[in-house]
Amino acid sequence: MNELARPRPLVLLSSVSSDSHTWNLVFLQLLLEETGHDVVNLGACVPDELLLAECAAQRPDAVVISTVNGHGHVDGRRLIARLRADERLAGLPVVIGGKLGVGGGRDSGLASELAAAGFDAVFAEGSDVRGFVGYIDSVLPALEPSS
Amino acid sequence: MNELAVPSFAGSVRAAAARGEVVVQPRMGFGAPDRMHAGLLATRAARATTVGTITLDSYTRVGDLAALRRAAADGVDLNGYPIVTTDRAVTAAMLADVRTGGFPVQVRHGSAAPELIVDALADLAVDATEGGPVSYCLPYGRVPLNKSVHSWATATHRFASLADRGLTPHLESFGGCLLGQLCPPALLVAMTVLEGMFFRQHGIRSVSLSLAQQTSQVQDLEALRALHLAADRYLSDVDRHVVLYAYMGMYPRTPGGAGGLLADAVRLAVRGGAARLIVKTEAEAYRIPTVAENVAALEHAAAVAADTRPWTAPVPDTGLYTQAVALIERVLDLDDDLGKALIGAFAAGYLDVPYCLHADNAGRARSHVDDEGWLRWSSVGAMPIEPDGTPGHGPVRSADLLAALSYTQRRYDESEESCGELAGRRAPALRPA
Repeated sequence: MNELARPRPLVLLSSVSSDSHTWNLVFLQLLLEETGHDVVNLGACVPDELLLAECAAQRPDAVVISTVNGHGHVDGRRLIARLRADERLAGLPVVIGGKLGVGGGRDSGLASELAAAGFDAVFAEGSDVRGFVGYIDSVLPALEPSS
Repeated sequence: MNELAVPSFAGSVRAAAARGEVVVQPRMGFGAPDRMHAGLLATRAARATTVGTITLDSYTRVGDLAALRRAAADGVDLNGYPIVTTDRAVTAAMLADVRTGGFPVQVRHGSAAPELIVDALADLAVDATEGGPVSYCLPYGRVPLNKSVHSWATATHRFASLADRGLTPHLESFGGCLLGQLCPPALLVAMTVLEGMFFRQHGIRSVSLSLAQQTSQVQDLEALRALHLAADRYLSDVDRHVVLYAYMGMYPRTPGGAGGLLADAVRLAVRGGAARLIVKTEAEAYRIPTVAENVAALEHAAAVAADTRPWTAPVPDTGLYTQAVALIERVLDLDDDLGKALIGAFAAGYLDVPYCLHADNAGRARSHVDDEGWLRWSSVGAMPIEPDGTPGHGPVRSADLLAALSYTQRRYDESEESCGELAGRRAPALRPA
């Protein structure tokens, strides 16, 4: 589908390869749909290759990675390197959020590391959901307002 | 090593039950063998009747051995113990030092393809593990259900063959915990019994059946009663016990609320006849707990258990057991091969886990927390039971879902102590069936 013809912006929602949690994904899908987005939810334990293939096939307007198992900083860094290396996906906004490490309060440096690795924004645990939605909307291409 | 000198997991739980003690068990997994070793020793030394836990890491769970090698090379802190790739001699030495004096260990992993894990357990003479073809598949990833059933059949056969070496291989079904929260307990009871029957079909003679604490102490007590009845009906010829999981969803943030929720889980275990309890800690809302936090939770649980008497008053019957039996019978009708029956049941939607994103789950069932805190079916899809909640009442907006997911957290944080209906000695109010 030609993304210019979309009535609503399309967000691709996914976990990382090792993370089995899904309540975060169920919640974010509802939240994004209520705030005017179409959502493709890839679910849990998404291999890097599948995410890349879905990005190329669906041509989303933004990608949201949500992870809470503590491996997010490792899986996220590997994933964003592969996404950024893919010419087909140049300029695609990609954000990550959740419980990014296993160290609780000691994980405060992980957000800046992930941003430095190529994510457009990082939402550490406890981030405000309105701030998250506002950020997503700010990076989406201008679309015709839907009726 | 003389394998028979290691006490069996199942036998230890049975012996504790005979003494009137609930076995308490942490969730615990560390990547480094020395930390895992220290955690097991601390669990053994806790002032409580304990068994040890080795929880495996997420890369082992999904079989990503390349990621494990990279993590080892980069010194990355894993979220569990990588038993498949750790030198067997290192793990064997750790276990030899730990499994003494009647202290058995269970390995927990979450894998839909557990063959390599079970091979490691066989090499190491570990006689207890956990999971199931459905409960370690649908909630946990994207492995197709038919592939998980095939893998679990193979792995269960291999694990069962430990009996040839004089061991008592014990398999716990995680089917009573599907997605941790918001699943009405009749489906949890049905699922764990069906998985127990699957294990038996593949040679296992000692099983445990699980149930996760949900949103209402009274409903949970009814669910435990239903689980015992169903286990007696369908699994009377195998050794069995019931394991209760302290609340698995969004956990209270206050120490008082977290401790109160655990105390209510302990009371539920004692009153509902669960032989074993998986604890949670006060750190649960924030991060993976430390060893010291786990020990504190185990000792708190043991103290509450010592103060709690088994429930002798009538347990309400609102039809939960009848629902569970209807679900089980519908599945058994499909095929004598339980693996095929389970695959067929999910394909037809006769089993349907609410809010589960897996491609092999029908996804038509919905649930909600009613005004009295009971989990109800707002929609049952094609399952052979009647909706018992308000049709269309299921959380459909993100705020409603979050409110249902955080219901228990809020309730216990507001009271900062026990707030189950059974916290006192009052008999539960009987509800109409």
